[in-house]
Amino acid sequence: MQARKKILIGLSLLIFILAAISVFIGVAQMDLSDPRGMMILTVSRIPRTIAALLTGSALAVAGVVMQQIVRNRFVEPGTAGTAESAALGLLAVTLIAPQASIWIKMVAASVSALIGTSIFVKMIRKLPPREVLLVPLAGIVLSGVIGAIVTWIGWQTDMMQFIATWLMTGEFSGVIAGRYELLWIAGLAAGIAFFAADRFAILGLGPEAATALGLSPRAVMRLGLAVVAVVTAMVVVSVGMIPFVGLVVPNIIARLIGDNLRAALPVTALGGGALVLACDIIGRVIVAPFEIPAGTILGVLGAGIFLWLLWRPARPSKAAAMGPTDV
Amino acid sequence: MIEIKNVSYAIGGAKILQDINTVIPKGSVTALIGPNGAGKSSLLNLIGRIEPLQTGTIDVDGQNVTTSHSGRLARTMAFLGQHTAVASRLRVSELVAFGRWPHCHGRPGPEDHEKVADAIAQFSLRGLADRFLDELSGGQAQRAHLAMTFAQDTPWVLLDEPLNNLDMAHSRILMRKLSDLRDAGKSVVIVVHDLNQAAAWADHLVAMKHGRVVVSGAPDEVLTPDWLSALYDTEVQVLRYADRPLVLSHV
Amino acid sequence: MSDTVIAPSQTQRRFPLWRNPILWLFLLLILSCAMWLFQGISGNYDFILMLRAKKLGALICVGAAVAVSTVIFQTVSANRILTPSIMGFDALYVMMQTLLVASLGVAGFAALASAPKFLLETGLMTGLALALFGTLLHRGARDIARMILTGVILGTLFRAGSGLLARLMDPNAYATVQSVSFANFARAQTDVLSIAAVVTALALAAAIWLGPRLDVLALGRERAISLGLPHARIVILALVLVAILVSVSTALVGPVAFFGLIVAGLAHMISNHMTGGARHRVLLPVSALVAITILVVGQTVFERLLGQQATLSVVIEFAGGLFFLWLLLKGKIR
Repeated sequence: MQARKKILIGLSLLIFILAAISVFIGVAQMDLSDPRGMMILTVSRIPRTIAALLTGSALAVAGVVMQQIVRNRFVEPGTAGTAESAALGLLAVTLIAPQASIWIKMVAASVSALIGTSIFVKMIRKLPPREVLLVPLAGIVLSGVIGAIVTWIGWQTDMMQFIATWLMTGEFSGVIAGRYELLWIAGLAAGIAFFAADRFAILGLGPEAATALGLSPRAVMRLGLAVVAVVTAMVVVSVGMIPFVGLVVPNIIARLIGDNLRAALPVTALGGGALVLACDIIGRVIVAPFEIPAGTILGVLGAGIFLWLLWRPARPSKAAAMGPTDV
Repeated sequence: MIEIKNVSYAIGGAKILQDINTVIPKGSVTALIGPNGAGKSSLLNLIGRIEPLQTGTIDVDGQNVTTSHSGRLARTMAFLGQHTAVASRLRVSELVAFGRWPHCHGRPGPEDHEKVADAIAQFSLRGLADRFLDELSGGQAQRAHLAMTFAQDTPWVLLDEPLNNLDMAHSRILMRKLSDLRDAGKSVVIVVHDLNQAAAWADHLVAMKHGRVVVSGAPDEVLTPDWLSALYDTEVQVLRYADRPLVLSHV
Repeated sequence: MSDTVIAPSQTQRRFPLWRNPILWLFLLLILSCAMWLFQGISGNYDFILMLRAKKLGALICVGAAVAVSTVIFQTVSANRILTPSIMGFDALYVMMQTLLVASLGVAGFAALASAPKFLLETGLMTGLALALFGTLLHRGARDIARMILTGVILGTLFRAGSGLLARLMDPNAYATVQSVSFANFARAQTDVLSIAAVVTALALAAAIWLGPRLDVLALGRERAISLGLPHARIVILALVLVAILVSVSTALVGPVAFFGLIVAGLAHMISNHMTGGARHRVLLPVSALVAITILVVGQTVFERLLGQQATLSVVIEFAGGLFFLWLLLKGKIR
């Protein structure tokens, strides 16, 4: 447990430093003695920093929950059709009822994310159980199919620019006070996951073991799906999907401290927050005064880490292979 | 006592179990035996409410497995199936600690810590307690799962082929522990393939074939050449050794 | 690909002309091309015909390139679920294009004439694809799922990489790169058409020559070697052809994702059904004809009848994705 403490403290320090950097860099020069400077701080810089932290933490936690539900390390909301489904729901509301309040849009996105993810979970049960890597593959293709529907509707209705911001590149340059608060709901959902950490960990042992311990695997799975759907929908609605956070952060944390979620989830959340905030900062400085979306940077970085996870040398024992995915 | 009444079970069109009626006595080690595909594991899964009942009823110590609260059943019986592959990266001590979930729901007290430590010691896992499951051999992992089941500390223990992956010495240790549990007033139900393990340690046998109970009773009544030859469709001899039946089928 | 192993008696069997799928598909193609050229034509005949002929030429090149590259790739990788684009070939091409722009500068790149530019890109692409996918095919042969997933993620990496590069070069003009995630058949880049057509024709001729050797390759590495085939050399040659053909189709219309999967599946079905075998000398022309017919008919329907220029590729993507999922769920991973 010593290692966990060190990592926890290290990550907290890192986030503190990153947050400080994030608050003090930007196009506009800031002078705190000046009311305008204060305004930049409270309206733009602080909300942006919080938004990046919330997004990263919530996505990382959603990734862990997803991986426990399907008992497969290589899935995340971005590669299971969740984000595309959320965008489909959002698109539907925007077309049917353009005047609908943000709350209705939020609920629609969450519900359709839930439906899409449930389809994924149902679908992968039909896969040959020993082929662990077919699960993420099926998820990626399902995302592509749902994405094709979204794109088609988008083209027909001239909505492509919205879709591009929802799905292709999550970025925080549009974040100001009053326009990111939905992300707190994502944070809340991730918090619920923390309180149910033991339940998700037991579900990860398999439905048999969960039943034997007196848990209802279905109930835990429904809770998990709800968490994943709400987190993803909130992120899609407010800043746009950020790829690979839910995949690489949980995998690295599990390598370092294991899957006892009650111990691991806080670390995972901090790790996700730090990663996304760091990418946002990089995106702000690398071609200043222009910006590169955090999602674009994570697309490259995350895909690279994913490949490393896929091809890293196997662990000593043969049991290192992932278990069957017969959820 | 486990009462099984009129239980039938089908998957798709295939009838797995047909009209099972039997009683498993309390305070004993009961072994389910029979050829492959006899329905032993299915029956154990139904008793452990891992699969829902289709027809009939099963009561464990008077608790109906369908209607009783699953959390309460988890304090009555512990179940260990054959599919123990775990995708999660858990340490041995963490896995065993999950056996206390039905009692403490994630807030372990002194008694829970004691039971976990005890189970780890009993299966000689002390040196491995901080190792991750995926760094263990098949037999070590099986012992970790058994320790988790023991940590659950329930009046009934249901084990599906627990000797899988265990060497001779650990098989013997496990069977000895099961009989210790019985001596402490608990009850054990296991599925075993090795008839001599059943002969040596079980008090009650339930012999199954084609989804039906063929015969049940004490080892001396069930492990006879006639019953066994009929059960396995092959010639079986039974000798006596150390006042127990000794089954020979390989010559 | 054990199902392409066929009894000698079957391969040698002559089949009557009316059972030759190439003939029927060719007739069908002529019909659809005529429809594409002359449907609803009025006004300035010469101009419209010229425009339509150019587009038709692009569709023919793209269809043939996608179909032939996919069939060859599936044979080389001994896997019916793979296509070059699933493995990230066309994303690699897009990224390489972006890299060229980055290294030569926008002005320098634009100054190059389209034919040498195309040849330069294709050459680079071939080298990169050989290095990357040759290694991958070699290392991943035993673990198909991991190899496919790697290809898919490589594709994601290349796409994200192109996006990042484009934004680094010009933060405001990222739209150009973002728009290339789907093919656009209506706006084919016809400026490279003539050179692309020449390259395609050469590659197709090489593929036909390769045909019988691919039949042997399909028996598996061990048997191919024991039958005296220079296995490694044929695999490299096949990958070179695949890289060239992918360059052609990507340069003309952009990445096509699942189209090849559908076409190769159909081609195998048709040639098995009608000739009782899957020899590459039949399979390759059949797949090309099927692909071109689908593109021409599809584009006629969408562009002329439905008035939707851009959506054919999305529909193909959707159908192809479903087909891929179906293959996965049926356990047909090999």
